[in-house]
Amino acid sequence: MGKTLYEKIWERHVAVKQEAQPDILYIDLHLIHEVTSPQAFDGLRMNSRKVRRPDRTVATMDHSVPTSDRDKPFEDKIAEKQVHALRQNCKDFGIKLFDLFSLRQGIVHVIAPEMGLTQPGQTIVCGDSHTATHGAFGTLAFGIGTSEVEHVLATQTLKQGKSKTLAVNFVGDLPLGTTAKDLILALIGKYGHDFGTGYVIEYRGRAIKGFSMEERMTICNMSIEIGARAGLIAPDQTTFDYLKGKPHAPKGEEWEEAMELWSELYSDRDAAFDRSVDFDCSEIEPQVTWGTNPGLVVSVNGQVPGIEDFPSEKRKMVENSLEYMGLEPGTLMTDIDVNTVFIGSCTNSRIEDLREAARIVGGYKVADGVRAMVVPGSQMVKQQAEQEGLSKIFIDAGFEWREAGCSMCLGMNPDIAGPGDRIASTSNRNFEGRQGRDSKSHLVSPPMAAAAAIKGHFVDVRNWRTKIAEEV
Amino acid sequence: MEAFKKITGTVAPLDRANIDTDAILPKQFLKRIEKRGYGQYLFYDWRYTESGEPNSGFLLNKPEYQIAQVLLTRENFGCGSSREHAPWALEDFGFKAIIAPSFADIFYNNCFKNGILPISLPNEKVQQLFGKAEAKKGYQLTVDLEKQVVRDNEGFETRFEVDEYRRDMLLNGLDEISATIQFEKEIMEFEKEHRIFYSI
Ligand code: SF4
Repeated sequence: MGKTLYEKIWERHVAVKQEAQPDILYIDLHLIHEVTSPQAFDGLRMNSRKVRRPDRTVATMDHSVPTSDRDKPFEDKIAEKQVHALRQNCKDFGIKLFDLFSLRQGIVHVIAPEMGLTQPGQTIVCGDSHTATHGAFGTLAFGIGTSEVEHVLATQTLKQGKSKTLAVNFVGDLPLGTTAKDLILALIGKYGHDFGTGYVIEYRGRAIKGFSMEERMTICNMSIEIGARAGLIAPDQTTFDYLKGKPHAPKGEEWEEAMELWSELYSDRDAAFDRSVDFDCSEIEPQVTWGTNPGLVVSVNGQVPGIEDFPSEKRKMVENSLEYMGLEPGTLMTDIDVNTVFIGSCTNSRIEDLREAARIVGGYKVADGVRAMVVPGSQMVKQQAEQEGLSKIFIDAGFEWREAGCSMCLGMNPDIAGPGDRIASTSNRNFEGRQGRDSKSHLVSPPMAAAAAIKGHFVDVRNWRTKIAEEV
Repeated sequence: MEAFKKITGTVAPLDRANIDTDAILPKQFLKRIEKRGYGQYLFYDWRYTESGEPNSGFLLNKPEYQIAQVLLTRENFGCGSSREHAPWALEDFGFKAIIAPSFADIFYNNCFKNGILPISLPNEKVQQLFGKAEAKKGYQLTVDLEKQVVRDNEGFETRFEVDEYRRDMLLNGLDEISATIQFEKEIMEFEKEHRIFYSI
């Protein structure tokens, strides 16, 4: 019987097998950031332990760092202390850090792929649930807690039980004007945000094959939003082309050797998944969430559902959601006004995302009373966007153009939404209070967020040009 | 880590599904670099009003739940971010066990590393326990990890499943890192053969 991609990667990484215990899995790349690592380093110090492989560990600061005025002292002294702690820890333990002023600084899940550190067939962990992003390269990547961060620092391994496997087969082609973000939101909407619990998902099908690496990362990024431990996409020519020439990708003979291994990374035809679902993507429309988890989502041409639209066990959750979001059932999604727009986060802050958003924005102005911001995922993305003239398009339209970081995705830095603010956000979580206490988040794709910024409410980007022309 | 064998404690029934780690411990407290003292911030946005006053309507602000050790809640508890600050806060508040129909993966795993036992029970059992806990002030449950049962003194008793390795880990208060370090030789052997194609 054949093996799934997951099983192949797993088997290549079992360092120790023990009777009646989880395997000890070798970790190829450990990414750390300022929020979930300080207590792990404290643990090492308390036990007089070293970082076993500082050369397999990479650090950056992204969650709590300011995205403007970086030359000034932090407004937030506690955040500053956390950033100092990371600097000190990296220095003491010999870990490479992409610090605040480095051109390589950025959201941890954006910088590792763009430097070529993320490669097919690896195991990657990070104290962050969106580590699943790296699965787009056919690498087993998942989020861990701080105790496990300490375990990896001390041993370069993790004790792990195997997950079940779930194949998600996308059938048909994605309609014009819809994006990877719409696809993953529609999937979560159909199956619910805990459908994937206990599984590692492999995304398959023609739509996936046709996606760029950026789009694949958007899909894998949101695996955790469906409850899955990780998401995987088998590497192919798109993956190899993306990697070739990246600063940390192998070169010359090493590249050939790598390609030999990488080209075996797919699920065999006769491999058995624990579960498999087909999802027809040929009918999907741009998506907008209306509730307080990513599964509560409808098409932009739909309306806010009512409590009776749900089975009895879900009604309480729906009621809580509607109340928190301040939405009346039956409201058209296009009638929902927003006063804040956030384009950023590890889901949608790469160069392609910014290009897509800029395409919508070009020539228009942000609507009155709307605060709109673009936060590139990395300083590299920022620099490239500036070279391509995208930043000028955003700035001319009235967007704030910021330094790289997590920013309003979770509002741990000063970019926080106020009570009552309604946000069109390209991030991945619309939980209560996620972007600021009592703020209301609607998850959308970058073009949808850009259009909402211009119009002050949600619009179907598929008829963007024509609609605007008609109104003039 | 402290070992967990058997506890008897007050049950706090928090009737809400999909409680995420942002709700358990809001982001503004993630900036601290300490591991202790998060109990005061547990469920902060629900426990306190905007001006920082205790919200008297919230379950855990009621005097009878100040000493609660068992949290009873609904499905998909602990979804969202991987922050271990969430179990730290629950543990620091005094919770030793959490009963729910289901848990999010990373959170579930994080609990065991911090001496908290997460217990999945079928929906109807959870429903039954909600009935009991809401009807009787100070309702108590005994959680026995050795026997893998949850019971009260009114005749309720049910078995729960937990994987053997994690059970041992909790029962013995095992330090996983020390255990893995024993295999240093094997890990080094593995590394010799294992190919990695990047360097920093
Ligand atoms: S951008 Fe948001 S989701 Fe991504 S790592 Fe940062 S905080 Fe987490």
